[in-house]
Order: sequence, then C-alpha cells, then structure tokens
Amino acid sequence: MKHIVRKPYWDYLKEEQWLNEMSARGFALTDYSWCRYVFADAEPGEYIYRIELLEHWPTHPESMAYIRFLEENGVECVATYMRWIYLRKKASEGSFDVYTDIDSKIKHYQRVNAFFTVLMCLEFGAALINVAGVLAFVLSSEPEFPTVNAICAGLLIVLGLIFVKLGSPIRKMIRRLKKEKTIRE
Amino acid sequence: MPESSERGALTEAVYYILLSLYSAMHGYGIMQNVKDLSNGRVELGPGTLYGALNTLLTKDWIKAVKSEGDSRKKEYLITDTGKEMVQNEIDRLEELIANGRKITGGALS
Repeated sequence: MKHIVRKPYWDYLKEEQWLNEMSARGFALTDYSWCRYVFADAEPGEYIYRIELLEHWPTHPESMAYIRFLEENGVECVATYMRWIYLRKKASEGSFDVYTDIDSKIKHYQRVNAFFTVLMCLEFGAALINVAGVLAFVLSSEPEFPTVNAICAGLLIVLGLIFVKLGSPIRKMIRRLKKEKTIRE
Repeated sequence: MPESSERGALTEAVYYILLSLYSAMHGYGIMQNVKDLSNGRVELGPGTLYGALNTLLTKDWIKAVKSEGDSRKKEYLITDTGKEMVQNEIDRLEELIANGRKITGGALS
C-alpha cells in the first residue's frame, strides 16, 4: 500500500533520521518530490536510508555514472531532488554509510555547506535590495512608505538566517573532522 | 624518482583496495573483500570507494578490465605501478612496526 506524507524539511540530517525511523516502523520511502514523501509497506527495518548532495545534477554524465556504480553495488537510488539523492540499502547486507573516511566525509560536508552558503547569499542579497527601498523612504526621497519592500526584507532576512543556522552544525563537523585529520586518516 | 607526495603513506582504504585488486574485482567484491581481510573492521562506503577508484584510475595504479560474466559491471585490476606502490607501503609499514617493537619492547613485555 502507498502512503503519502506531506512534510517540509530544512535540515537533511533530520530528514534522513526521520526516513530511517519510518523505515524502522515498516514504511519504506519509494519516491520524493518537493515536500511530498511516498512510502510503501516493507519489513520493519528492511532498509537503511541516506541522503547525499551530488556535485552535479543527477542527469549529468558524471552523476549518472556514480548512480550506476551505486546500483551495481546494492545501493538503490529511490528519488532525486535537485542535486540531492535519496539512497537506500538493505539492512541485511550490513551497515550503510556513503562516506567512511575523514577525507571523503569532509568533501561531502563542504559541498553541503557551499550549497547552504549560496542560498544564504541569495536571500541576504535580495533582502538588501528591499532594505534599500525602505532606506530611501527614511531618507525621505520617497513620499510613500514601501510596505512591500519592508515585508520582503523581513522575510528574506529570516530565510537567510535559516540557512546560516542550517550551515552551522555542518561547519562544526568540518572543523572537528579537520582537527581529527591532523592525527589520523 | 617519484615526487614527494608519491612517497607518503597510503590510506588504509587505498591499501586494502589495491591488495584486493591483485585479482580482478568489481566494486561490490572490493567492499566485501576489504571487510573480510580486516575481519570486519574496515567497511568501505560506496561513495568513498568510488572516489578512490577514480583517483587510482587517473594515477594508473589500477585499470578497468572487461568482466567475464556480467559485461555491464566494470571490474578493476592492479597495474605494475600499483604493485610497486603496495611494495613501497609494505616496506614503510615494516619500518614502522620494527621501530614500534624496538622501542616498546614488543607486545610481550
């Protein structure tokens, strides 16, 4: 039976944890599109789920070669969304982590951090344009208060701050791994 | 004479991947073999393995070979350069072990 859950997630690590909790309860993710999760019935704990951010879009030849490699090695790619891919592997085949050494972990976290940083810059950049509109009123070159600008500026700043907050634990992990790397691989 | 970075230590993952490829293997085989060799201690994630295989291919330490059974699956095999690197690594590890034993007095003391 198919179950559809609509749920927004900002943090992919929490999302991954939730997918594994769902899997433990016997609901295995089979498809994802924006905020829409499709689950099928499965044995409780049958699959382990991981979410990865690719370097290129899934349709890029390099990404396609990588996904093919994963599928050859018992890892199923159940959904893609922008550069994110949703992977699963049968728990009976052992533990499942996409990256197992410090170097490749750092590389992946840096990719995720760059992704959030770009989004943050876009939000703050757009906020700045709206703030300029409000400033123009304050400096009284405009006769009417730019309500739309003010609201947009507020919303965009909040969005920007969300991305700052999302990137923060990732940056912390990168710092911790880099420190670890000075004494072991 | 190889450049200085070529004389550094291999990562554990690369060392075990190279050892696995003394006979031709595909990705899944390598993961299983590394796990078996290390008695379950080293588990290679597919992302880590993929990155390592691509780097080793560019360096010509391994090569892709046609698979005998399933022709869609790519198999890999170590090259002479790769074997040389393994030998260098064994020499380096032996030095580490010899010095470790000498100074700590070995495992029995």
